[in-house]
Amino acid sequence: MDANEHGHVIEVTGLRRVYGGGFEAVRGIGFTVRRGEIFALLGTNGAGKTSTVELLEGLAPPTAGRIRVLGHDPYTERAAVRPRTGVMLQEGGFPSELTVAETARMWAGCVSGARPVAEVLDLVGLGAKTGTRVKQLSGGQRRRLDLAMALLGSPEVLFLDEPTTGLDAEGRRDTWELVRALRDSGTTVLLTTHYLEEAENLADRLAIMHEGRIAATGTPDEVTAAQPSRISFELPEGYFAGDLPPLAGLGVSGHDIDGRTVRLRTRELQRTATGLLMWAASAEVELRRLDVRPASLEEAFLGIARRAAEEAGGGSAADLSTKECVR
Amino acid sequence: MTVTTEDRTGAARGPASTPLRRMTALARAELTLLGRAKGTLFAAVFVPLVLPLSVRSAAEEMDLAGAGLTPGTVVLPAAVGFSLLFAVYSALVGVFVVRREELVLKRLRTGELRDAEILGGSALPAVVIGLAQCLLLTAGCTLLLDLPAPPAPHLAVLGLLLGLVMCAALAAVTAAFTRTGESAQVTPMPLMMVSVIGSGMFVPLELLPDKLASVCELLPLTPVVALVRGGWTGDLSAGEALGALATAVAWTVLAVFAVRRWFRWEPRR
Repeated sequence: MDANEHGHVIEVTGLRRVYGGGFEAVRGIGFTVRRGEIFALLGTNGAGKTSTVELLEGLAPPTAGRIRVLGHDPYTERAAVRPRTGVMLQEGGFPSELTVAETARMWAGCVSGARPVAEVLDLVGLGAKTGTRVKQLSGGQRRRLDLAMALLGSPEVLFLDEPTTGLDAEGRRDTWELVRALRDSGTTVLLTTHYLEEAENLADRLAIMHEGRIAATGTPDEVTAAQPSRISFELPEGYFAGDLPPLAGLGVSGHDIDGRTVRLRTRELQRTATGLLMWAASAEVELRRLDVRPASLEEAFLGIARRAAEEAGGGSAADLSTKECVR
Repeated sequence: MTVTTEDRTGAARGPASTPLRRMTALARAELTLLGRAKGTLFAAVFVPLVLPLSVRSAAEEMDLAGAGLTPGTVVLPAAVGFSLLFAVYSALVGVFVVRREELVLKRLRTGELRDAEILGGSALPAVVIGLAQCLLLTAGCTLLLDLPAPPAPHLAVLGLLLGLVMCAALAAVTAAFTRTGESAQVTPMPLMMVSVIGSGMFVPLELLPDKLASVCELLPLTPVVALVRGGWTGDLSAGEALGALATAVAWTVLAVFAVRRWFRWEPRR
């Protein structure tokens, strides 16, 4: 049996991973991935994404919990799983003195039902680089070689650990297009990324990981919908917060005031914005630095960081800032 | 980049993967890499062919006839020992460490290859070179040192085959305790020096004091040297031969156990 009755190709329950030194990288997570779905694990560095994917790939046994890939335990039943999965690790792993073609030929000899080497190298745009030594490839070209090797055995399930890190904008779009094409032909893809844009564009469903736990999960729209939209502006000269119309009446679910800057959170963006602008019009004031933004994955992500920081006792959210999670 | 959808029913699919096919593919890549690593290639191929000459001049100083030895039965076992140490053991420590540091081993482990296949396939070229060298050295000694046909060739063959497997396994153990490619130049030294001095390569154990000799008999390469020499002198008793075989097998088993227990598949961070 390849997948359970729900068509889940990957099933994870109660997964924990504690390293030798006692560090708990994965702290009890669960999720499922359906056949032909692109599932993204999104998070900052250190969130536990790679630690999780390595367990799914069967590289190590979990400390606790249960994993099923195509209906089998990827660690104890590796012979049943490995011929049907393709893996791209976060960082390379090819002898630097071999050429691209030699690397591909070696890898082709190690997988069942290998596709022709030239076909796979063309697929990732390395068709003209076959005679180049691996050490002479750029970082992006190495990522694409790695992807090609992951595709050599026509895997049913593809694990991609940060597949586009180090790629330029064009290379990233090409990889997205390729991953979508694979999904459309029935391949199940689990990828990790710290690019919000990548998760938003590519993932059918995603989970945001933070400190070894899943903080939010669903389709990008669902995760985003759970977040409030935001409006911010500067209070006009001579006005105080108390001069604003009653915020609850405008559908505002939360607000904070920092100096003269007012930030509103709302789940009814149109109602709040209309009420605010009508108040400004009737008071004949200008709302300087007016910024209205609908809920986004970025908001969801920052919200998770902020809540985590608050729970940690008002600690700074700086260690989980947008700097690490690049758009 | 052209994107085409995958064609699962497509033509020109490779065959199902078997351990032999996987190890051959890996060994072929390693052989290509060995051909490109000039320093390793020199140490592995030429040093073991040249060093026996120094043993020969040392042998001329010794009282060999009293121990029932000839220059040929001193030089050939020593040459086999050098070949195992340089072409197999020392070269493979470097291979295992460098592949681990390049994250090649970790990458290979994500596929269908099993751990033993990864180590075995990577070791194959060095082992084959070691074997070819030993055969070449045997032919050389036979021609140049008037070595007669061996009265007990089975002992020499067993000793050599065990020596090849043991040295590959010991190389993996040493690699487990070696952090970088540079330190892989140094970490094989202790075993190599101990073997050259204590395993009867330069000085036959027959010429050592009994107490020292019985300790040296327990070193990993001593049984290999003893079996190869015994193959040509023919004066190894059944008990001595079994003892040597048991020592070599014990070291091999111990090494395999140590690899399973301590081998590291990715660099320390």
